[in-house]
Amino acid sequence: MYEIRIHSRGGQGGVTAAKLLALAAFRDHKYATAFPFYGAERRGAPVVSFVRIDESPIRVYSQIKKPDLIVVLDNSIMDVVDVLHGLRPGGKVLLNGTLPHDMKGFQTLSVDLTTIALRLNLVVAGSPILNTPVIGALAKMGIVSMDSAKSAISEMFSDDRNVKAAEAAFQELVL
Amino acid sequence: MLTIATGNKAVAAAVKQVSPEVIAAYPITPQTEIVEQIAEYVTNGELKSQYIPVESEHSAMAACIGASITGARTFTATSSHGLLYMHEMVNWAAGGRLPIVMANVNRALGPGWNIWAEHTDSMQERDTGWLQVYVSTVQEAYDTTLMAFRIAEHNDVLLPVMVNLDGFSLSHINQSLETVDLGDFIPPLRLPHAIDVKNPRGYGPLTGPEDYFKFRWDIERSMRDSVKVIESIENEFFRRFGRSYGFTDDYQCEDADVVVVSMGTLGKEAEVSIDLLRKEGIKAGSMRIRWLRPFPKLDLKGRDVVVIDRDYSFGYGGILAEAVRSTCRAEPYSVIAGLGGQEVTYDDIAGFIRGRRPGEESWFGVTPDV
Amino acid sequence: MTEIPKEEYLFKCTSACAGCSSSLVLRYVLKAAGPDTVLVMPACCTSVIQGIYPNTAMNVPVYNVAFAAAAACASGMSAAFRAAKKSTNVIVYAGDGGTVDIGIQALSGAFERRTDFLYICYDNEAYGNTGMQRSGATPTGARTTTTPGGKPDTKKDIDRIVEAHDPPYMATACSAYPHDLFKKVTKALSIRGPKFIHVLAPCPPGWRYPTEQTVEMGKLAVKTGMWVLFEREYGKVTINGPSRAAMIKPLPVEEYLGPQGRFKGISREAVDALVSLARRNAKRLSLEEEGVC
Ligand SMILES: Cc1ncc(C[n+]2csc(CCOP(=O)(O)OP(=O)(O)O)c2C)c(N)n1
Ligand code: SF4
Ligand SMILES: [Mg+2]
Repeated sequence: MYEIRIHSRGGQGGVTAAKLLALAAFRDHKYATAFPFYGAERRGAPVVSFVRIDESPIRVYSQIKKPDLIVVLDNSIMDVVDVLHGLRPGGKVLLNGTLPHDMKGFQTLSVDLTTIALRLNLVVAGSPILNTPVIGALAKMGIVSMDSAKSAISEMFSDDRNVKAAEAAFQELVL
Repeated sequence: MLTIATGNKAVAAAVKQVSPEVIAAYPITPQTEIVEQIAEYVTNGELKSQYIPVESEHSAMAACIGASITGARTFTATSSHGLLYMHEMVNWAAGGRLPIVMANVNRALGPGWNIWAEHTDSMQERDTGWLQVYVSTVQEAYDTTLMAFRIAEHNDVLLPVMVNLDGFSLSHINQSLETVDLGDFIPPLRLPHAIDVKNPRGYGPLTGPEDYFKFRWDIERSMRDSVKVIESIENEFFRRFGRSYGFTDDYQCEDADVVVVSMGTLGKEAEVSIDLLRKEGIKAGSMRIRWLRPFPKLDLKGRDVVVIDRDYSFGYGGILAEAVRSTCRAEPYSVIAGLGGQEVTYDDIAGFIRGRRPGEESWFGVTPDV
Repeated sequence: MTEIPKEEYLFKCTSACAGCSSSLVLRYVLKAAGPDTVLVMPACCTSVIQGIYPNTAMNVPVYNVAFAAAAACASGMSAAFRAAKKSTNVIVYAGDGGTVDIGIQALSGAFERRTDFLYICYDNEAYGNTGMQRSGATPTGARTTTTPGGKPDTKKDIDRIVEAHDPPYMATACSAYPHDLFKKVTKALSIRGPKFIHVLAPCPPGWRYPTEQTVEMGKLAVKTGMWVLFEREYGKVTINGPSRAAMIKPLPVEEYLGPQGRFKGISREAVDALVSLARRNAKRLSLEEEGVC
């Protein structure tokens, strides 16, 4: 089982990113679950979402304690939340844009999702959309196939700039 | 069609296909998504139901009752305080023999305000004459909602059915969902006692001591008859769509020395604990109770039993543990865990089973060593 | 201008959304009420704003109670305080849903029984806590998550319902006019019996406008005449300054509706319905003020 924890702020699309990723994994003929942890918080507060991907049905509902991968959609969260908490030895981190944070030796990849979204004018209510480009980056990392990533995105969003954003992130992420 | 959906969306999808004539509902976390999805279906024309956005849950159930007695198919959904606020009408629906289907998204009760999963809300409604079923996956939520209409509307039942799903852990998780082509699985509803101006009758009038108990007995008789109806509808569902669930969902119980009994998502998580324990050489099994009313016959003879209650009856004990104790003459180890969304992992459940103390009760997080 | 006390009873950094005007309303209510006050609060956004146990964002006791129960609970509390010869302010702080929908029975009962308390309804015109579903106070044409095509029905006129109970004091207010609100709360608390203040509280995520326009949105509601500021003391109506000006020369209603995402794509008929309702209300209030009706 591959376990992913996504950190975002309420309204940034972390919950949708988790769902997209699960859908893409599902389109890869794997089993997947995606769920947010809901605090009684409001917009702008840090939100955590979880994704599990496996070859067999997933019966675990509890929160992910030891993720294999941590995705951070908003690096400012690292000032208030210990995003590396519980990361397995050998686990990876994907950041949105680089930041001089100490990643404690974990393999850290980064791609500027915000710039990609702004470049394509993927903006809703003043905020850049990060949940579709991040799926492209995750496809580049091999978490899901790019074909499934694209089909998941077009299943959920009719605007094809979302697929373009995923493609851009796929290209721009350096492994 | 194969897709992924949350537990809430799965319930809404089933309701859309069944297309009740009247839906009356009131929002409450974590059920809200069901109401919102149904409102959207109605607005965009995918669902032809009359949707009544009532001003409270008491009115939601009352509106369903008013619609149902005309012979209309009805649906509502609620949770926690919404269910409690409805309580009077919940009794009324069963006493009126109305086949209303309700989804209840299990959530803790205040004070303090807590929006997370617990079963005490629906457990407090267990004596109202409703059939109650607890589900554990998105697919099961969908399938069970479909079956609930058939069961409620069966002539030998004519009682309302409550489909319970855990708040957030199931209502908000995305899992795979295969929707079915219903065909004629749900025929038109024929309510034998529907209001008919050509045949004027009084409904629920003053009923004296010489008659009242007969109506009560009639509810119980139908409750008992519902066992066969549930079996036959499950069988039919299996024949048509290839899935069935049973009164309990048993996992590795055949040769088990110890069985953990639970409900809802904890029952699925428990299966993972069983795999762990089997690797250690402990012959454990998991029994997830699906139907709480009518309460199933459980075969737990000669084994140790651990019951996990995500509910409590103060001054008495875990409600499920009490049911197991009285119906199976077992001396279970009763664990109270998961109240108000308390995290309970498969490791924790494995720990309950390893450290079981038959006949005792422990509160996870309170009692030392649990 | 009235002196507003510097003391704060609502701490900063609550979990309210950015630009939340209802927390501003609460801040001024508490400043006017002072420390000898208990808030009775049904489920609403403010239940979240108060923080999670063991924290609290308020420096007065807050009694949380079930959604339908606030006014009845306050009745009991007020009776007990008065029996104990205590003059503690009992203030219900409830949303529009908790007031005009599920809580209306308790509200009506408490007013009929002349409970000595102040009932404040902050009106963000929907169920904010649960993510913006329609309420009885949602205006015609507004999109909410349960009225994705715009609400077909009319906003329930809670002021006229409360008026029918003939309370010694009732008023409307708006978060964009905090001094006016402060004065009204102060006045209400100086009067014995049931008092009601209905405060319009614009809500950026619910009404879908940028957070920084929250004060402007409240002002526009008043300047377009969509929200009328008035008081009714012992039956005598006074229309307050900003609304008086708006009645003579209202701004075009589009200036208020336009920036709000919830009114996007609203039909001409719905706009007309909103405007004619507002005009009718204004006319009725002016006639009442003149003592004509
Ligand atoms: C009996 C009951 N039904 C439903 C709820 C869920 N609920 C909590 S707050 C709320 C909406 C509150 O709306 P409003 O009173 O307008 O206050 P706001 O959240 O907008 O501040 C709802 C529906 C509840 N807590 N109890
Ligand atoms: S939803 Fe609206 S009223 Fe509620 S906290 Fe946010 S801004 Fe305030
Ligand atoms: Mg409101």
